[in-house]
Amino acid sequence: MDQHKASELSRRMMKKQLRLSLSVASVFVVILVGLPLINLYFPELARTRVGGFTLTWLILGVLFFPLTWILSSWFVRGTERIDADIVKEESN
Amino acid sequence: MIELGFVLFIIASTILLGVWATKKSQSVADFFVAGRSVNVFWNASAISGEYLSAASFMGVAGLIMKNGYDALWYPVGYAAGYLFLLLFIAGPLRRFGAYTIPDFAEGRFHSPTFRKIAVSFVLFIGFFYTMPQMKGAGTVMMGIFPSWQYWYGIVIVGSVITFNVALGGMKGITIVQAMQYWVKVFAISVPCFVVMSFLGSYNENLGNALEKPKGIPTIPGSVVSMKGKVGAPNNALALSSAGETLVKFESDSVLTAISVIPKPKPGDVFDAAGSINAIGSTLEISATSKDLAIPKDTLVEVKPFEVTSKEGKKSKASLKFEFETPAKIRITAPRSQNDGDAYAPNSPTNEKWVNPFGPLTSKNGYPILYTYSLIIALVCGTAGLPHILVRFYTNPDGKSAKRTTLWVMVMLGAFYVFTPMWGSLGRTFMPILYASNSTDSAIIKLPTILGNETLGHFLSGITSAGAFAAFMSTFSGLLVSMSGAFAHDIYGKIIKPESSAQDRKNAFKYAAVGVGVISMLLGLMVESFDIALMVGWAFAIGAASYFPLLLLGSWWRGLTATGAATGMLGGGLLSLGSIITTMLIDKKYISLEISPLTRSLMEQPAIWGVPLSITLMVVVSKLTAKQIPPDVDTMMLRLHAPEELGHSKDYIEH
Repeated sequence: MDQHKASELSRRMMKKQLRLSLSVASVFVVILVGLPLINLYFPELARTRVGGFTLTWLILGVLFFPLTWILSSWFVRGTERIDADIVKEESN
Repeated sequence: MIELGFVLFIIASTILLGVWATKKSQSVADFFVAGRSVNVFWNASAISGEYLSAASFMGVAGLIMKNGYDALWYPVGYAAGYLFLLLFIAGPLRRFGAYTIPDFAEGRFHSPTFRKIAVSFVLFIGFFYTMPQMKGAGTVMMGIFPSWQYWYGIVIVGSVITFNVALGGMKGITIVQAMQYWVKVFAISVPCFVVMSFLGSYNENLGNALEKPKGIPTIPGSVVSMKGKVGAPNNALALSSAGETLVKFESDSVLTAISVIPKPKPGDVFDAAGSINAIGSTLEISATSKDLAIPKDTLVEVKPFEVTSKEGKKSKASLKFEFETPAKIRITAPRSQNDGDAYAPNSPTNEKWVNPFGPLTSKNGYPILYTYSLIIALVCGTAGLPHILVRFYTNPDGKSAKRTTLWVMVMLGAFYVFTPMWGSLGRTFMPILYASNSTDSAIIKLPTILGNETLGHFLSGITSAGAFAAFMSTFSGLLVSMSGAFAHDIYGKIIKPESSAQDRKNAFKYAAVGVGVISMLLGLMVESFDIALMVGWAFAIGAASYFPLLLLGSWWRGLTATGAATGMLGGGLLSLGSIITTMLIDKKYISLEISPLTRSLMEQPAIWGVPLSITLMVVVSKLTAKQIPPDVDTMMLRLHAPEELGHSKDYIEH
């Protein structure tokens, strides 16, 4: 494959993939950055009682794990679709 | 005895399974990357098994017991780091198709020099990560058999694993690590449910603690073993300011110093004169005593006193003892207070424990800074651990590498969700561990208080076996990645490039034995260091060195070898240096007055280390733009194109 074509293909492909990675990452970063800020500025909200837990403990100690599962399955589905699209485009 | 049975069973099954898997491990690729043929489920189990170390199994629950909410960031960060690995690194790294990270370093930039730097980081991070595993092995064995020496556990675990790795290489341990993941999940979950069925559920106990914000757990007067100065800062006994405490010295003891806790700020007014006295003894003891020898059977009474701050705010304070030599003490209270049960020393109040910005993050006065720095270290550090990264090469292709990561996150979450349960049960039911600074052992010791002795030993046997599986699987992973670095990168690529595949396989075996022995020796030297602290070192170096390399190396064409190397060395070494300096200050090897802000930044360097490393990489790469490999586009195709297009060619083919 010549340099020009390699450059064009790799840029097109990486752009799509990077856009997906960055959108998933930004959701995650907002949560990671946001939770300490909520704890700091809205302590009453963070301390709301939910079945023995405080709200913030429930989020960080329990719900955070399933949240990462949701984000990563969103990414895996998306990235496999992008790969499949590229394979289809290129084989045409 | 029941505990010993469980531990022996896990050791024996590790050896047998390793030998069995080895018979099936024939080719050289089997040795280094398990033939790149491990399926998603087993590879995910093996990665999770390898990752869940002594620090995760015992240390995280201990940290949560000690520090409460703030320490919840540890399990979350350890699991969440994989999300960044998944989003930016897992797919490209596998598609590039190398055996080791140094292969990536050299292959991506055509720079043999860079390989050498990358290899040294594999060994560096590897050895730092090995030490806490060894310490875990030594202390758990001591916990099960009080008569055993610290080194017994290290030698047992070290030699079993070295034997397995030298015999079977990567394929030999993949199946073992996969099995050990399931052992660990079983060991952390099932006993936890049984314990909760006796003692009440996790949220019920948390809720009870929330009812009494100022409450502190009380301890019955059992004997507590204190560590000496070598165990600093874990040689401290910070007595509670909630009530009076009687400390009976059950052995001849020496105190390095007595001081006021919390540490007075400038302008504080207080009178600590009557706060301490030795009952029925002529011993001269005061709130400022230094180097004080206390004879056996002395009974010391400590009363909290009032402190008025510059702003006129009143609070309670008490005293802190630092032990020079190991000692045995009994902690009680006057009959009139809680029937003679003392408030647990070294324990925060319920309120500080349950709510954010408690003792862990606010100790230097910058809780939000500390919290963010901790998050960055954990999240980026996970994506920069070489023994984990090398596992991604064992996937058949980039697609399965990503699916594997998804499964790893599910498996890790299912494990880590139990750590806060153990931590909060430990706080409520075994507060004595606060006094001896041994919250690390909560998960091993908690089951023994159920009142049913056989069941207690049985459950404690299960958790001990889980802890053993943890050191063994992590140590085997480290040993494979370090031996691989020696055999493949140093011997095969640097010393003797003309060596045959068989030569390299033999070199791997010798390297495994050598690295195993060095690891055991290092393990003997770190008895007095915190497990979590040592793991923190490895994470901080990984976060500021490999993570930026892989992130920029996979996504930015402009990165040059010089730029990447400068960033890795600059960020990685400065982070390491600042952590080691704080550790030396804590251990009182050096005395250095630093401001609380500097102290926060040095103790948790990720918040500046990671950006520093990335900035150095970008700036230096821009300056050396001439060095950008001419075939960088082909390189990018290899890293990112789906395998079906035929651009990805394994860097190492056989």
